[in-house]
Amino acid sequence: MRLPLLTFVSSVCLWQAVVVLFKVPDYLVPSPVQMALLIPERFRELCSALLITGAEALGGFLASGCVGVAVGLFFSVSPLIRRCFYPYAVLLQSIPIIAVSPLILLWLGNGSLSVVFISFLISLPAVIVNTTQGLISVEPHLLDLFRMGNASLPTLLFKLRLPHALPSIFVGLRIAAGASVVGALVGETFAGSSAVGAGGLGYSSIYALSQLDTPYLFLLIMTSSLLGLVFFAAVTIAERQTVGKWHASLVGEWRE
Amino acid sequence: MRPCIAIANLSKAYPNDKEVIRDLSVSAMAGEFVSLLGASGCGKSTLLRMIAGLSPISSGAILVDGMIPKDAIKLMSFVFQDPALLPWRSVARNVELALEFEGVPVALRPSRIAAVLNLVGLRDVDAYYPRELSGGMRMRVSLARALVTTPRILLMDEPFSALDEMSRNRLNEELLALQEQHRWTTLFVTHSIAEAVFLSNRIVLMGANPGRIVQEIDIPLGARRNAALRSEPAFLSLVGRVSEALAAISP
Repeated sequence: MRLPLLTFVSSVCLWQAVVVLFKVPDYLVPSPVQMALLIPERFRELCSALLITGAEALGGFLASGCVGVAVGLFFSVSPLIRRCFYPYAVLLQSIPIIAVSPLILLWLGNGSLSVVFISFLISLPAVIVNTTQGLISVEPHLLDLFRMGNASLPTLLFKLRLPHALPSIFVGLRIAAGASVVGALVGETFAGSSAVGAGGLGYSSIYALSQLDTPYLFLLIMTSSLLGLVFFAAVTIAERQTVGKWHASLVGEWRE
Repeated sequence: MRPCIAIANLSKAYPNDKEVIRDLSVSAMAGEFVSLLGASGCGKSTLLRMIAGLSPISSGAILVDGMIPKDAIKLMSFVFQDPALLPWRSVARNVELALEFEGVPVALRPSRIAAVLNLVGLRDVDAYYPRELSGGMRMRVSLARALVTTPRILLMDEPFSALDEMSRNRLNEELLALQEQHRWTTLFVTHSIAEAVFLSNRIVLMGANPGRIVQEIDIPLGARRNAALRSEPAFLSLVGRVSEALAAISP
């Protein structure tokens, strides 16, 4: 625990020293001290941007989680359905959403709804693909067992396929957690609202750049990173709570 | 005694015309322990899966207690080559799965689970997850799940083949003791000649390409068998006889 902290502190000191010694102008690289002093001054602004983007990313993440798992369940029901639609779910991953953004703007207009939708689209494929893979990769003997037990389709889905898929669903959700924040930031640069106090982190970054307000831009970048980290941590904690007890990657030594 | 499992003129071909079993007839009496022994690819596992109703037959007939397999499914339990446990369920909950399939009321389950875990020597690990158990213990859980529904017929597909020899021998002895007590009609697929001789009343030797029955050998070792039997001349000479018969049919 101590060593990483030491690296952090010395890097910050080095940064401060370089900026002061070489007289780097603050519109290129602000010093850590300058940024720290800026935090209380612009705290409210920063918080409001964080809340807006956080809410948008959360909306995109939750939507992609629900829709992605539902689509995965749908795919797992029949190989025929899977053959018809699964390639497109994979293909969706390779569509640059940025390229589609103007169209989303056209349909949904400027503002949060478009941002949430872009965030949702960017996070969705990872959830679909990982959920589907998890649902269909059940060992044949377990399927035999349920067949001999005369299990109904819901029993098969909820007592076998879904719990078996949970570890892969979490892989998808972890990717989606990061992607949804990226999606919200990118979405805002296209569709962010410009109303006073209503701009999220992405929109504020563009604005700060146009004003050459680099110290604030750095603060925005750090806040964005923090948001991504929080999302990632939340999914990891949820994973430990649900599959931590039994899944191979998370279980320690066996007892006895 | 009447046959509990009767198979007549059974053939099986896959859609790609590969014939796995041709014109096979065999039966097992009620309470009899029959081992199926033969080279890989001779259709032993396929035969077992067809009896369990897990794989369709191409022609011929399988009767289980006078019924087609699909109707007799409640009489049978299948033990797979791997333990086939649900890793997210504890030992007790894994055993409970079989009772859920049977529709046994929740209130009646705990006593039955406790009794069967006691039977296979797993009384103290009911709350453990499969991950936390050794291979042999996991197989015991699998066995407990098969037994908790009090089946009349046991279909076992190389259940102990992944275990080390010590665990395997111990489980063989325990299975035999249970078999004497409960008198299941058991079909046991194995690669091990010694295992087959030790457990069985009769050994059915199967040949490959396509799968068929080559010879049936009675094992008249009596009912009371224990670990010491493995070094007795009668046992060893039977193992020798089965080995020779098996070698004679191997290509």
